[in-house]
Amino acid sequence: MTRFLFYPIFVFSMAIVPALHARETATPDQPGPVAIPYSDVLEVRQAEPTDHAIAYARVLESHGSTDASIPRTLPAVANTGAAGVPAIKPPDREASAAGARVDIDLFEGGKLLLTNGITTIEGGSGGGIATWATIAGREMKGGIGVQGSFTAIELPDFGWRSYGAAIGISDRVELSYVRQDFDTRSAGAALGLGRGYTFNQDVWAAKLRVAGDAVYGSPVLPQIAIGAEYKRNHDGAITALLGASDDEGVDYTLSATKLLLQHSLLVNATVRLTKANQQGLLGFGSAADGYKVQVEGSLAYMLSRRAVVGAEYRSKPDNLGLGEDDWLDIFAAYAVNNHLTLSAAYVDLGSIATFEDQRGGFLQAQIAF
Amino acid sequence: MLLTASSAILMILQQAPADNVDWDAEFGVEEEVRDPVTGELPVDPYVEDNANAGADPYDSTSLAAAFGGREGIQRIAERTVEISEADQRIAEIFVAHDMVRLKRTLGEQFCYLLNAGCSYSGRDMRSAHDGMGVTRADLNALVENLQQAMREADVPFAAQNKLLAKLAPMSGDVVER
Ligand code: HEM
Repeated sequence: MTRFLFYPIFVFSMAIVPALHARETATPDQPGPVAIPYSDVLEVRQAEPTDHAIAYARVLESHGSTDASIPRTLPAVANTGAAGVPAIKPPDREASAAGARVDIDLFEGGKLLLTNGITTIEGGSGGGIATWATIAGREMKGGIGVQGSFTAIELPDFGWRSYGAAIGISDRVELSYVRQDFDTRSAGAALGLGRGYTFNQDVWAAKLRVAGDAVYGSPVLPQIAIGAEYKRNHDGAITALLGASDDEGVDYTLSATKLLLQHSLLVNATVRLTKANQQGLLGFGSAADGYKVQVEGSLAYMLSRRAVVGAEYRSKPDNLGLGEDDWLDIFAAYAVNNHLTLSAAYVDLGSIATFEDQRGGFLQAQIAF
Repeated sequence: MLLTASSAILMILQQAPADNVDWDAEFGVEEEVRDPVTGELPVDPYVEDNANAGADPYDSTSLAAAFGGREGIQRIAERTVEISEADQRIAEIFVAHDMVRLKRTLGEQFCYLLNAGCSYSGRDMRSAHDGMGVTRADLNALVENLQQAMREADVPFAAQNKLLAKLAPMSGDVVER
């Protein structure tokens, strides 16, 4: 009882005083030892020695303990610097965790290198020509991330430029936009469009991770995502002449992606429901054909945590009867740092608008936060 | 009301304490004592079982060589803990725990899984991480630190991934939010 008389209560908060009252009247047969969390002990140890009583009282109160006679186990001051003071002052984790429930971690990152994928030609996270179940941006649960990219493809008769942006929300939802410019160069003249005629398309897409995790969890459960891509091309007059029935359309995707760590291999498979001709640049469907199921597959081998090489395949419909071919690529991606990923690929896009053997190079720079 | 009044009276009556009071003793706080031989703190009793390691070990014994054998593996585990203790992202989670023990048991777990001739004497993954509030981001941080430790030990990347392949499926027992 008397020991309490020595408390420096002129600095006590009013909140602590009632707790002390309770302590004085506590019954002796209270439940066993109370383990005081180490973070609280640190709080005590870091206080001026004369303030230890206050700090302890606060700790006890916060743990609802009222009986000073209960023995309390205190983890020994381990792994610390001199004189029991921790080498690293722990940040206020509880406060930040509580904050995370309310606020959103903006661009705080946290993903492992390359696990946000590179940007597909349709603007989402994937492997270049195939969509993956991965979510763009470096954010983790409770965070928001972004990804921006520039992609160039040089083919014998055509040139492609695309500019993409994507937002990742909580590693769960991906919203993306890409602008595609497809320059027909001299082929444009041969096609009667005029030299350098450029097809343009906007793709707005959303993807939702519905199950699984590409890296962790059950080795047989891949990360699974569903997606929808709204595509609108700006050359409806021309694509109508080619026989396309529409200048806009929606693709639906279902993707499964898993990193088989045992083999350092990333495997992806995607099913796409689409009516797009040359993924939309040549319009959508035809008088005879509409939605068809297509498949995409990627296989990538990790050389290091920064570097990966792989191959992709993507089947395509031939609604216009122009001999549209399936696509193939062999790619390499390199994460220069947490934010910059450079990719290069050799792509075989087959026949495009009757121009055969469109094989060439793909280059992409992607920035992610 | 009464409380406020009584505490106000208390405030007036009481005075500053002497500087040399041992408040640990006053509050009955006892410091846990490290084992003089192992240097480890006591833990609550549990049943030791290799199954606590969370996965079956590799069949082949050749993988262990890529990690520098038993000693190499132990060094990698210790280094992983050291890097994590200095890693601002997750250091605070480690500060509250017995790093002497963790270095030993984590080394045993790696050694057991890589079939380098150890048994695992630690707790199972769920009870070892219970209540720590580990997130997937924390797990990524730890993986990066383990990768760094393995890189420093010149473990080939494909072999690194074989160890990660054993650990990654345990995420469900470790990650709480
Ligand atoms: C799949 C990933 C993980 C594995 C395989 C793993 C493995 C282990 C092992 C074997 C122990 C020793 C248990 C014992 O001594 O009885 C342990 C304890 C511990 N782990 Fe993990 N761990 C993982 C993830 C994490 C993460 C992400 C963190 C925090 C960032 C973490 C923090 C700790 C701490 C602080 C302890 C000490 C617990 C104590 O002594 O009370 N672990 N872990």
